[in-house]
Amino acid sequence: MEKLISRYFRPGHTYWMADYERDEGYEQARAVFDKYDAKSLIDEVKKANLRGLGGAGFPAGVKWSFVPQDTGKPVYLVVNADEGEPGTFKDKYIIRHVPHLLLEGIIIAAYANNVHKAYIYIRGEYVQPYLILKKALEEAYAKGYLGRNIFGKGYDLEVVIHRGAGAYICGEETGLLESLEGKQGKPRLKPPFPAVVGLFGCPTVINNVETLSYLPFILRRGAEWFADLGSEKNGGMRLFSVSGHVEKPGVYELPMGVPLSEIIYTHAGGIRGGRELKAVVPGGLSAAILRADEIGVGMDFDQLRALGTMAGSAGVIVMDNTTCMVTALMVTMRFYAHESCGQCSPCREGTGWVYRILKRICEGHGRAADIDNMADICSFMGGTTICALADGAAMPLRSYPQKFRPEFEAFIEKRRTEIETDGSGELSHGLPKRGTQARAIL
Amino acid sequence: MNHAWTPEIKNELDAIVAKYETKRAPILEILRTLQERFGYITKETEAAVGKYLEIPAINVREVMTFYTLFYAKPRGKKCLRVCRTLTCALLGAADLVEHAEQKLGIKAGETTPDGEYSLYAVECLGACEIAPMMQVDDDEYVGAVTKEKIDQVIKR
Repeated sequence: MEKLISRYFRPGHTYWMADYERDEGYEQARAVFDKYDAKSLIDEVKKANLRGLGGAGFPAGVKWSFVPQDTGKPVYLVVNADEGEPGTFKDKYIIRHVPHLLLEGIIIAAYANNVHKAYIYIRGEYVQPYLILKKALEEAYAKGYLGRNIFGKGYDLEVVIHRGAGAYICGEETGLLESLEGKQGKPRLKPPFPAVVGLFGCPTVINNVETLSYLPFILRRGAEWFADLGSEKNGGMRLFSVSGHVEKPGVYELPMGVPLSEIIYTHAGGIRGGRELKAVVPGGLSAAILRADEIGVGMDFDQLRALGTMAGSAGVIVMDNTTCMVTALMVTMRFYAHESCGQCSPCREGTGWVYRILKRICEGHGRAADIDNMADICSFMGGTTICALADGAAMPLRSYPQKFRPEFEAFIEKRRTEIETDGSGELSHGLPKRGTQARAIL
Repeated sequence: MNHAWTPEIKNELDAIVAKYETKRAPILEILRTLQERFGYITKETEAAVGKYLEIPAINVREVMTFYTLFYAKPRGKKCLRVCRTLTCALLGAADLVEHAEQKLGIKAGETTPDGEYSLYAVECLGACEIAPMMQVDDDEYVGAVTKEKIDQVIKR
């Protein structure tokens, strides 16, 4: 199968300027100024059905067309490289192996939106990727591909790299903008949307690293070719991050709509040790869980939504039949309780309550009513907050007990009995100690 | 320790501020740069940053406490951040954190009394392909972590 972005993913290798230019690098960015005006470029990206690959899946060209050009204010481009959705690591691969592909995508997107200043917000823990990106940026400035009068085309474009400092919520686009303005990363109430009122009160385009990195391919081979690679309304390919109980975890670039079963068994080498599949998180931690009998689904935004889950960031987390779903959900909710920014009560309180209930269950003090209580809490978390973090927490919170209810019931009963009878309920980080049945897994 | 800003540091900070539209915007980069120099951010540094960026000290405090990568106290010379989110948890992270705790005689989130080691149990670091993983110091990702690998990092 043809590879696009991932053909640059050579282990231990970074395509610096000379390498990248030998491989058609920057040809599209150079040509775009003569081949297109802003409108025809946006139309081309619309035709390609390129979706927002950070997780929301919003059509990229349509997003661009919302940016007003008549406000008298500058328009900013903000690149979301704050890759934080658990189970996702693809943007790190792009930056590490082919940083100039991202920079070329940035030039194309900037031209389409009349942007002369772009910020790349990279997560604070990505120290090596940051250093690589910084060096690539210096190379691009030295060549005159960034800065003033780029490619001699009379167009100015400054790019600044900005490091985050460890907060999941800053991956949410308005939390990111707040952070970039020097504040706590607390998401903004919308509308107004960033396209209209974004960074420093100006119209702002926010795109994910991967979304931008497909732009040079779309211009090189044409929008129709790109659209045809994928499924209906889901153009092209995307990078699936596969981890967990598979033989070959890693990043796999596959067409939109590829069956989940093919990702797991053909590309990721199947389940480790020949065990059986139990469950899969298909699109990052915030996606509803799927049972083993649901993996025939095509992995695009629309098919996964129809199944009650989401394509999200394409972080595929695979669990084999040794996995305890109660403990897995406890670990999941611990994450949201830790990462909630605290602005909205349903999220701040809800994630904490649920985490404490699950921890208590794992400690052997669960009650039969806990399962319905959690469902109740879940029902007021979704759709009641400023941003989607609570919705993301609600997805696993609703789906795990729904799809594995007998296991939740049995776990509560069994752990309680264990504690009461033989005192084997000693814990490490809220997890039953190894050796007890419940701990077979984590 | 002396956390005073030399002219060289001041120049470095000025160069960062010059890239941004407002003075406040680069606060994360400013704090990060100072922390890379001094190891942690004192109350005095917070106040100085507020003055330098022309914002109230409370705004610096808000930022310091919101983000996990800023430290108000000295950390150990060696810093272990063991990931505990789902993929790493599926592959044994809880045992690894417990092992490191026992080895160091401290709980996650603490620093050894001799100031040699700090241990943290952290949320996803974006390296699930090498799970279970940990970050050693501020720049090195270590994958396929085992108790033996932890023992190699903790030399005691």
